[in-house]
Amino acid sequence: MENYEPKIIAFCCHYCAYSAADLAGSSRLQYPPNVRIVRTPCTGRLEIDYYMRAFENGIDGVLVAGCEEGSCHFKDGNLLAKRRVNSIRTVLAEAGIEAERLRMVNVSAAMARPLVEYIKEMVETVRKLGPVKIKEPVNKTSTGV
Amino acid sequence: MIVAERKTIPEMVAILKEHKKVLVLGCGTCVTVCLAGGEREVSIIASALRIASRVQGLGFEVSELTIERQCDNIFIEQAAEAIEKCDAVLSTACGAGVQAIAERYPLKPVYAGLNTAFLGILEERGVWTEKCAACGDCVLDKYGGICPITRCAKHMLNGPCGGSREDRCEVRPDRACAWQLIYKRLKDIGELDKLNAITEPKNWSASLNGGPRTIIREDHRI
Repeated sequence: MENYEPKIIAFCCHYCAYSAADLAGSSRLQYPPNVRIVRTPCTGRLEIDYYMRAFENGIDGVLVAGCEEGSCHFKDGNLLAKRRVNSIRTVLAEAGIEAERLRMVNVSAAMARPLVEYIKEMVETVRKLGPVKIKEPVNKTSTGV
Repeated sequence: MIVAERKTIPEMVAILKEHKKVLVLGCGTCVTVCLAGGEREVSIIASALRIASRVQGLGFEVSELTIERQCDNIFIEQAAEAIEKCDAVLSTACGAGVQAIAERYPLKPVYAGLNTAFLGILEERGVWTEKCAACGDCVLDKYGGICPITRCAKHMLNGPCGGSREDRCEVRPDRACAWQLIYKRLKDIGELDKLNAITEPKNWSASLNGGPRTIIREDHRI
């Protein structure tokens, strides 16, 4: 457990968080290497399935970073994402995955420092929770008929 | 449309725990529209069951499939191969669909993954409300197209009860008083005089008493 390094996916909206992550890079702001950033055209594009499959395939935490409320490039994609994240946290909790492992945050393209803080917080939250407590290994061939 | 709601994942796990190869079988008709048991929900439920299996060490092998309609033998055939391969079926159809699958596969355990709730409509995005009790003896013609059996908490045929407050039902203040709606609608369409007639007690023999109801159309039988 002491050497546990959580694996985290950050789904970042192209119009805000992805640019913020880029700005963090050019500003030489460090964030933990546990996070893999996946660019999405809008957080409203993220299907509930993406979160489920990520956890199913062994990820420790998922961070969804969208535009600030009222600033979505596609009007209300971030609000759709917020509702989906909230609803799927319930399903994850029912299935035995702590709801804190999935979190949505809102940043603008200029908010490199807050994004870095959110990422650090997420890594710390998941580190404290530890790995997903599993009794059987991931079976990657079990999907579909 | 038939409206249903998903059972919780722990409930599903408790139902399925004696089995290993589980098929989550969705239905592409009513329960898809009410976002309870269509392809998308099947994918989420199957995924959640796989996660629950890993976390609790249940050894589930979960597969998923959605067919157009579970209450029709022609469509059930499309699931034949998948059903043969599994130990148990968790059907996310309405109660009729679950029973249709169970009848078609008498040796296969078939379980309901949803709680079938009512016949209703999509009131607004994400909100479904009951509109019909399938009583078998429709009275909508007398009440301006608003069903007092379903929408009045007291099922009153000669209303209103007098308890409504500011057009809200006294039993459920979050619901409109059906009789207020009936009065307004009959007034709007100029049929208010219909309310002068006293409605006799309803014939409930067409409803749930006497076992399951059957409709036979001799002209369509082969």
